[in-house]
Amino acid sequence: MRQRRRTWQTLLATTASLTVAAVALTGCGGTSTDAQSAPKAAAASFEGKGPINYVSNRDASGAANKTIEEWNAAHPEEKVTFIELPDSADQQRQQLIQNAQIKSDTFSVLNLDVVWTSEFAANKWILPLPADAVPTDKMIPATVNAATYRDTLVGAPYYTDGALFYFRSDLLKAAGIAAPPKTWDEMKTACKTILALPEAAGMSCYTGQFDKNEALTVNFSEAVASAGGSIVDADGKPTVNTPEAKAGLNLLVDGFKDGTFPSDAITYLEEQGRRAFQDGKLVFMRNWPFLHASLSATDGSSKVAGKFDITSIPGTDGPGVSTLGGRSLAISPFTPNKATALEFVKFFTSEEQAQKRLALSSRAPVYASLFEDPAVVAKRPFFPTLLTSLNNAQPRPKVVQYGATTKAIQEEAYAAITGKKDTDTALNDMQAKLTELSK
Amino acid sequence: MTTTTAPPAGAQTGTPQPGTSQPDSPRRRGKRSPGEGRMAAMLLSPTLLVLALVIVYPLLSAVHQSLFRAESGLDADGFVSDVESFVGLANYADLFVGESGRRFLNAFANTTFFTVTTVFLETVLGLCLALAMNRAFRGRSFLRASILVPWAVPTAVSGLLWRWIFQSDGIANTMLGSEILWTAEGNASKVAVIIAEVWKTAPFIGLLVLAGMQVIPGEVYEAARIDGAGWWRQLGSITLPLVKPTLLVAVLFRMLDALRMFDLPFVLIGPGKESVETLSMLAWDESNQLRYGSASAFAVMLFLYVAVVAIVFVKVLGADVTGAKELKLLSKKTARKNRLAAQAASNAEQTDLANSQQKKAEATR
Repeated sequence: MRQRRRTWQTLLATTASLTVAAVALTGCGGTSTDAQSAPKAAAASFEGKGPINYVSNRDASGAANKTIEEWNAAHPEEKVTFIELPDSADQQRQQLIQNAQIKSDTFSVLNLDVVWTSEFAANKWILPLPADAVPTDKMIPATVNAATYRDTLVGAPYYTDGALFYFRSDLLKAAGIAAPPKTWDEMKTACKTILALPEAAGMSCYTGQFDKNEALTVNFSEAVASAGGSIVDADGKPTVNTPEAKAGLNLLVDGFKDGTFPSDAITYLEEQGRRAFQDGKLVFMRNWPFLHASLSATDGSSKVAGKFDITSIPGTDGPGVSTLGGRSLAISPFTPNKATALEFVKFFTSEEQAQKRLALSSRAPVYASLFEDPAVVAKRPFFPTLLTSLNNAQPRPKVVQYGATTKAIQEEAYAAITGKKDTDTALNDMQAKLTELSK
Repeated sequence: MTTTTAPPAGAQTGTPQPGTSQPDSPRRRGKRSPGEGRMAAMLLSPTLLVLALVIVYPLLSAVHQSLFRAESGLDADGFVSDVESFVGLANYADLFVGESGRRFLNAFANTTFFTVTTVFLETVLGLCLALAMNRAFRGRSFLRASILVPWAVPTAVSGLLWRWIFQSDGIANTMLGSEILWTAEGNASKVAVIIAEVWKTAPFIGLLVLAGMQVIPGEVYEAARIDGAGWWRQLGSITLPLVKPTLLVAVLFRMLDALRMFDLPFVLIGPGKESVETLSMLAWDESNQLRYGSASAFAVMLFLYVAVVAIVFVKVLGADVTGAKELKLLSKKTARKNRLAAQAASNAEQTDLANSQQKKAEATR
């Protein structure tokens, strides 16, 4: 009797633990081990017409849906269906990869973050585009560069994003500073004067995004590029053990050490920084353009409405170098209707559609001319500054193993800015990790 | 299941069973006819099939996957070679050396630390909650419902809630008057995870233990009161021993759950933070970077760890979980009764013998 009960007990417990473990395991199964019958990359012919699916992150403004509606009205036989992915970029990437690995034809046109370009192209999960597919000469060069893998255009730039340097124009004026700082040194000097003002009591000088997250990779890349360095060279080989990279990382390390950044900036992402700036706790902030609207809100939610302005981020000797955000459209090799897909990509990323979308969406277009249209600028006052920032922008490291690369960068940069490692050790370790990954 | 080690009570004393018919004997129950066996197999087969599909297959598939590794490197045109080569146990060997070894051991230590601390705190708090809920007072049902709320909140949502509380200018720092960076790397982030986890899961233990408490008959307490036992004595001698089986099952479930902790540290502190990285997060991270081989190795190790903990827990405390101790006690009692009966019988025999001898002697006389 006792034995019998015991057996049941063990069975029950084993089943329970098996279930638990099975749940943990299912996430990791299933990858194609067979050699991929890859489509011949260079000779990709775009044939086949019919309905396709456009898979993308959400567009809350509804602008993308409008473009698709217009296409569908004109092409009843080649209807496009919008498939929405989760908001988290990690999850989007995972779903796109899973579909590519099983060669599913569900996803025809993919909306890719610029940092995924190399990974998807190297794995042949997207097709190289014909040279004349998109008017690249009219687009901001950095956006075209970001959609290019080894000199081949693999994506059609859709929208873009760059860093803006927000500053409290009222305080600068009160301190008698005529122009916003162009370099880190100028910024620190300006802060000394401003923070001595009675109305700036309790404020801090500057923040970016320093939590261990993709945003840290962005801020680190910008600091290194602004100091004249780079993370990887043109061949994809890491170059973070250079004096320039060290100078760049030291900008961030010293910022925490000398109190230029508030100490809790180590937990800041975009949102925390926005709140601090909006509550009047910061003089300077590096952030994305999308915050401009909420900072300018005149309904009382923002204490700095009308009291701030924007410019390019600071560098060491002159204006700094922004990293590039944004998205591009690419075509899956597994869709049967490639001709439709290509036509749709051309239509979607055309200048005409980009202009139409501006009425609804604040996402920055990739066509330089649209930034100077007075009607557009009246509605989005940050566009001219953003264009300057974008003309100077560089993509984040273009590497195939971007996920592991950004993680290594975050790991080491975080260790340096929290003081766990000194700058040299952190950068040498980063160099070693990135070298391993670029093999 | 078919064999029993406990021999029929009577056999121990060597005396023949008084009655031949004993329909309740375990030995009798264990025997079944061939027809019965077939029937049992048929009835169980759907369950076994489902188990094989959802447990055995993924498990074997993960073990298989963990023996392979994707070739890293690009060909001349910059394309990834899509070949996975068999590497044997190399993925497992890597768990103990170098950078990946450091991460694995760190995650292993974190997982163990979180499991031990959170389950201990949850048990203590859960018991207190159950004791509070078990008393009759006005608004008891309201209290019970409100205690359930944290358990009903999805973990990712409670992670976000706590993230809000623990951010640098959040409620936690305001109330403590401190400037602790809870969501940065460091011990504070561990504390944040433990607090949020205990908040969420103590009600689970509380409710299970409450269910156990409510089946304890009131007479037992009444008797204890009449005997002059105070509240503490009642707690130590009645409540705790009687809810122990339920409590242990609750603790076992919580332990298995805590060992695969993922969403709370992921949402509350963020992925890739060493201070709170658990084994599940590590496996997720590896698979996210398309290194399915080592991801599977991590997952298999986690599985083995969970299995070992479960088995050890059941083996060490199992007797109490099933109430087998009670059974043992019961069988001992029966044995004693039988022994007494046998003694009485043999006494009677001896008396009989004595009587008959006496009679014989009388007769011969």
